[in-house]
Amino acid sequence: MSNSLFYFFAALTLLSAGAVVFLRNAVAAALSFFVSLCCTGVLFVMLDAYLLAFMLILVYAGAVVALFLFIIMLLDMQGGTRKPFTKASMVASAIAGALLLVGVGVFAKHSEFAATAATLPADSSFSTDLKVYGASLFTTYLLPVQVIGFLLLIAMLGVIVLSKRFDGAEDIQ
Amino acid sequence: MDFFFELPLWVQAALKGLAVIAVIFPIAGACSMAERKVSAWIQDRPGPSRAIPPWFAIIPIIGPFLQRLGAFHLLADGGKLLFKEDPLPGHVNKFYFVMAPLVAMIPALSTVAFVPFGAYVSEAKQVVPLILANVDVGLLGVFALASLGVYSLILAGWASNSKYPFLGGVRASAQLISYELSMTLSVLPVFLWINAPGQSGSLSLARVVEYQSQPGFLGGMWFVFLMPVSAFIFLVALFAETNRQPFDMPESEADLVGGFHTEYGSFKWSLFFVAEYSHMTVGSAVFALLFLGGWNPLPWVSLQTLGGWLHLTGHPVVLGILSVLIFIGKVLASIFFFMWVRWTLPRFRYDQVMRIGWKQLLPLSILNLIVYTCIIGGMEYFGHR
Repeated sequence: MSNSLFYFFAALTLLSAGAVVFLRNAVAAALSFFVSLCCTGVLFVMLDAYLLAFMLILVYAGAVVALFLFIIMLLDMQGGTRKPFTKASMVASAIAGALLLVGVGVFAKHSEFAATAATLPADSSFSTDLKVYGASLFTTYLLPVQVIGFLLLIAMLGVIVLSKRFDGAEDIQ
Repeated sequence: MDFFFELPLWVQAALKGLAVIAVIFPIAGACSMAERKVSAWIQDRPGPSRAIPPWFAIIPIIGPFLQRLGAFHLLADGGKLLFKEDPLPGHVNKFYFVMAPLVAMIPALSTVAFVPFGAYVSEAKQVVPLILANVDVGLLGVFALASLGVYSLILAGWASNSKYPFLGGVRASAQLISYELSMTLSVLPVFLWINAPGQSGSLSLARVVEYQSQPGFLGGMWFVFLMPVSAFIFLVALFAETNRQPFDMPESEADLVGGFHTEYGSFKWSLFFVAEYSHMTVGSAVFALLFLGGWNPLPWVSLQTLGGWLHLTGHPVVLGILSVLIFIGKVLASIFFFMWVRWTLPRFRYDQVMRIGWKQLLPLSILNLIVYTCIIGGMEYFGHR
């Protein structure tokens, strides 16, 4: 039962993730993204990681995709036409995609993340216990959290600089 | 009772799901009738008072009383909405147009699973909460699922393919995200307070009620007295999240005809309102659990104390039903408060809604969190806990 559920939701996750890229209608693409996130949440629930699942739904499905839709509707984007890819860009993106695939494969095969059921901790304290999450975020993973936070800050500053008009500062425009 | 637990797991789950629908759907319908009747009382007019089936009309006193109360209008309205023609305008995006009311129902009905609605005292003197899914992250579950409710409004507004619904959908998406932040921040002090350091943390709603039913002055105090600012922010954000006046921007009929549901009719239209009222019910239930002591009858009087006074310690079923009744009473009182506010405050303008959300409520809730963190830290430091 849980095996077939896993295959069903994994397939649905991948299908809807593909639809995000291939659908022409921006609203339909955003909704496929939403479906993909919900299915990922279900996969987390099947791993007994309830907290992670609800965080994913709350932050990404509940707020981020709603913001996407807000922006899409506010700008009233039409499908539009875009220039066909040039040969150089097609070759480059194929190479980049292959490299990414190889990287992920090597990472999955040779890293410590290739854990089997035997090497995982037996207690499911990561499922719901907030304290375990908090402790590991503030000790083991403190540097990645800070780095990602800094990256987000830079991204936000970039968006503000790019989108806002500064009066009397012609060089930015 | 044992036969229920011997059924296969999926049958149990299906039965629980059906029970949720069987309870929430009529409550939502009754809320819509109560809304009309309460509006009538507040505006000093009779309100719905006509419909009555003929076989009830011949009962001498009860029949006319129920008629004047408008008790049968729920049946009449429900029947009308079910059987009248279901219009499907030609210019809409049909798939999403039909999907929007269905999407509205899913979060509205599933949030109930995380809300404890009563408790009984087991033979081992333990207070056991009555709840469908007793997970440790209860509140996050409610917030996460309730936040998905916005998609029905966005979808309805977009799929209707006309101007007023579109504006309603855009307003809904911006408003609901803005107030979600303040809502989440406003309940954090409560959970900081109940989770003493050194213990494993919990976001369970039943645990909050447990904390409010302890003996002693601080233990039995409801959080509405201990954290009035948190309660206020939560309540305001709840009004905004459930699209109630004075925050009903997505459907403000004065400037948007009907907002997101302008193009809808008959039962599809009514599903939006079932969803809205069940969000309101669940929101009121969460408010009652967090700030009004859940199933405890009075501040500083816990359910167990009441059971001791009424000599009910040996009757878990009676005490359980009593706790459910107390809890439902609180939920209904808070739903009445929603309707009362509707006829008391005028609707905000949209820029005011945004200003209140981002410039007033959000800073206030951050300040509130910092103040309570300092208080709790100070109490830890000086050893008062």
